[in-house]
Amino acid sequence: MIAEAGHYALVLALGLALIQSTVPLLGARWRDPALMNVARSTALAQLLFAGLAFAALVTLHVTSDFSVLNVYENSHSAKPLLYKITGVWGSHEGSMLLWVSILALFGGLVAAFGNNLPLSLRAHVLAVQAWIAGAFYLFILTTSNPFLRIPNPPMEGRDLNPVLQDIGLALHPPMLYLGYVGFSISFSFAIAALLEGRIDAAWARWVRPWTLVAWIFLTLGIAMGSYWAYYELGWGGWWFWDPVENASLMPWLAGTALLHSALVMEKRNALKVWTILLSILTFSLSLLGTFLVRSGVLTSVHAFATDPTRGVFILLILCIFIGGSLTLFAGRASSLKQGGLFAPISREGALVLNNLFLTTACATVFVGTLYPLALEVLTGDKISVGAPFFNLTFAPLFVPLMIAVPFGPMLAWKRGDLFGAMQRLMAAGIVAVLGVAFAWAWARGGSALAPLAIGLAVFVIAGAASDIAERIGLFRVPLANAVRRARGLPRSAWGTAFAHAGIGIALMGIVCETTWNSEYIGTMKPHDSIPLAGYQFTLDGLTQRQGPNYHELAAVFSVAANGRPLSLMAPSKRNFTTRGMSTTEAALLSRGLSQLYISLGDTTPDGGIVVRIYHKPLVLLIWFGPVLMALGGLLSLSDRRLRVGVPKPAKALRGLQPAE
Amino acid sequence: MTRKQRRLTIIGCSLAVLGIAAALVLNALRDSIVFFSTPSMVAEQHIAPGRRFRLGGLVQPGSLMRGDNLSVRFEVADGKDKLPVTYKGILPDLFREGQGVVAEGSLDRSGVFRADTVLAKHDERYMPKEVADALKKQGHWKDDYSDYGKSAGAVASEANVQTGQGATR
Repeated sequence: MIAEAGHYALVLALGLALIQSTVPLLGARWRDPALMNVARSTALAQLLFAGLAFAALVTLHVTSDFSVLNVYENSHSAKPLLYKITGVWGSHEGSMLLWVSILALFGGLVAAFGNNLPLSLRAHVLAVQAWIAGAFYLFILTTSNPFLRIPNPPMEGRDLNPVLQDIGLALHPPMLYLGYVGFSISFSFAIAALLEGRIDAAWARWVRPWTLVAWIFLTLGIAMGSYWAYYELGWGGWWFWDPVENASLMPWLAGTALLHSALVMEKRNALKVWTILLSILTFSLSLLGTFLVRSGVLTSVHAFATDPTRGVFILLILCIFIGGSLTLFAGRASSLKQGGLFAPISREGALVLNNLFLTTACATVFVGTLYPLALEVLTGDKISVGAPFFNLTFAPLFVPLMIAVPFGPMLAWKRGDLFGAMQRLMAAGIVAVLGVAFAWAWARGGSALAPLAIGLAVFVIAGAASDIAERIGLFRVPLANAVRRARGLPRSAWGTAFAHAGIGIALMGIVCETTWNSEYIGTMKPHDSIPLAGYQFTLDGLTQRQGPNYHELAAVFSVAANGRPLSLMAPSKRNFTTRGMSTTEAALLSRGLSQLYISLGDTTPDGGIVVRIYHKPLVLLIWFGPVLMALGGLLSLSDRRLRVGVPKPAKALRGLQPAE
Repeated sequence: MTRKQRRLTIIGCSLAVLGIAAALVLNALRDSIVFFSTPSMVAEQHIAPGRRFRLGGLVQPGSLMRGDNLSVRFEVADGKDKLPVTYKGILPDLFREGQGVVAEGSLDRSGVFRADTVLAKHDERYMPKEVADALKKQGHWKDDYSDYGKSAGAVASEANVQTGQGATR
């Protein structure tokens, strides 16, 4: 009954999306406010029905209704409640349902909070949202219906892939989807602007908060996925340049560029055409990511789903939306007037440079991800493009970008003073050189480039700090004045500083972890002891345990530093009975920002066990960086100017005033 | 500067960055891509020792031998030919005899494949796509694999999680 209700709700949502995708457009054409307002009610109703469908699937999973195919294949009655819920988006069907539900959520938010938008813009935006939603409802209903019943319901389900039974999975896909799908808003705004043939700085003011929201979630989603892979996969890697990771990185890079170019458009009314193009590209890359992940075209451990009809359907959606929007862009872009002149050395110039490097870096990731696919389709050769490719292309492009990051906020709009900016960054430069010297002196082995990279990271962090110091006049005015100025500083300035510092911090963590990571891999027997990076690891014993739906082999290690016992660490290996699969549960011990990491391998016939022990210096910075970036985004989002500015678009007000 | 000059400056910079990026990409593609082969393709193509490639196939049942210090030796077969593989390190959780495997490394002079990375399939149904395709092409596709497409799609799972190939490394 619940399954049928969920299915019906989904069909209703499709119907509403079809109405929402046409009626408001007609209304905008005929200038009929009633028809245009249809968009608002249908978007809210769509949210209700998509939400109901999603709630229905959650209920089915929680109650372990194995007469539903999706529940049977991905759940088990012995699974803990939390993983029954998160298992909803552990399957292809469920995750697509989550995808459309989030899309409906964003549509509903625009409808609910978009009262200050010009009526016809809102109608256009919601109509475009409904095109996307309609396409994906159709996709779910025709190829991936999560509510299919099984004629002869089995007693027990087949359980969720154990690798996915983890709290990291509970939050990672929804975060990532909030990011992916959030970019649909800027896409819809861009298409609406092209359809209306009108775009101004106020447009950028509306788009920027939505883009920022999507970007914050995507940043956190990627960081969370990376941390999940780090502790769950058992060998301490945090980024693999796997096509599926690249699929989330590409929209992030394009979205970061979009945030910066929307800033130029909002403040200076320049880069209009480019901002529109970036909005289209960012969401296109999100769609591409969905296609890569959902169609199973990749030679990747991710590509579980291998039903060709799904792949073809999503490819069709991809082609229609990307092709259609780019065609529209090509036809209409020239009608958008260019504004705002600026010199190459200026804030705008710096932001253009940022966009240039970000989009180029994004393009190299794109090539590395899709080249193997294209080659296989064209010639049949199978190749793999791995980390070396990305290290050779992505890294060299990011270095100049990182050098330029501290300069951007120091330059004035329109025409900047590069020499002045250099003078103000002198302190940051000196700190960076000290950082290089310190890293050089402290480093034992590793690449000679590593201390330089540390210096670069320090430069970015110190640059962000000196930007704030410069703005509040630290050391130039009395301290009390500086504190007062710091309070009065717009939050977006703090946001910029935090986000930029976050990049530097992440870089520092990445460099330290990859360069000065030490590891021991070998067989240990109980009471064996191993020294590593100044710590002494002793295997105290091995025990067997029984979990809710798995057997577990747990080891206990005692860790000592300088002869003093520190703590116990208990890694384990779980064997999930239903699927006969095993997972590795690593044990982590944080020492400041560094971590000790132990994971177990196979047992040997003579009673020993293969272990991997790592010391990862400053590894936590890799994830603190993105968290700080997201915090910066949040601060920027809460900026008063962004909120107050929104309801008062110059153009819209003029429209309401009596004719002169 | 006139408007035209400014625009030219920006376009010039863009072209320079794009050019550098293109050079980097082409250079990296030349050096760092890795081709995929099966044992019978290796036998036909005479791949030079030392050249890196990915070897895929099924782990020959009964061929796995564990040596000292985590070194292992096994054979990868594709129904037609077999190739001995040596590896030192921890085999992935899902490495089993008779099941699909992809190893990355190069041949040594005696024709033994020295792997530095071993990837196994991801659950009990999933077969690496390249292995499945190669086996199909050579007519060694067994029925019990052919349903992997359907059931793997259903069995498994959120492909969007960031598992990475390291998952099974």
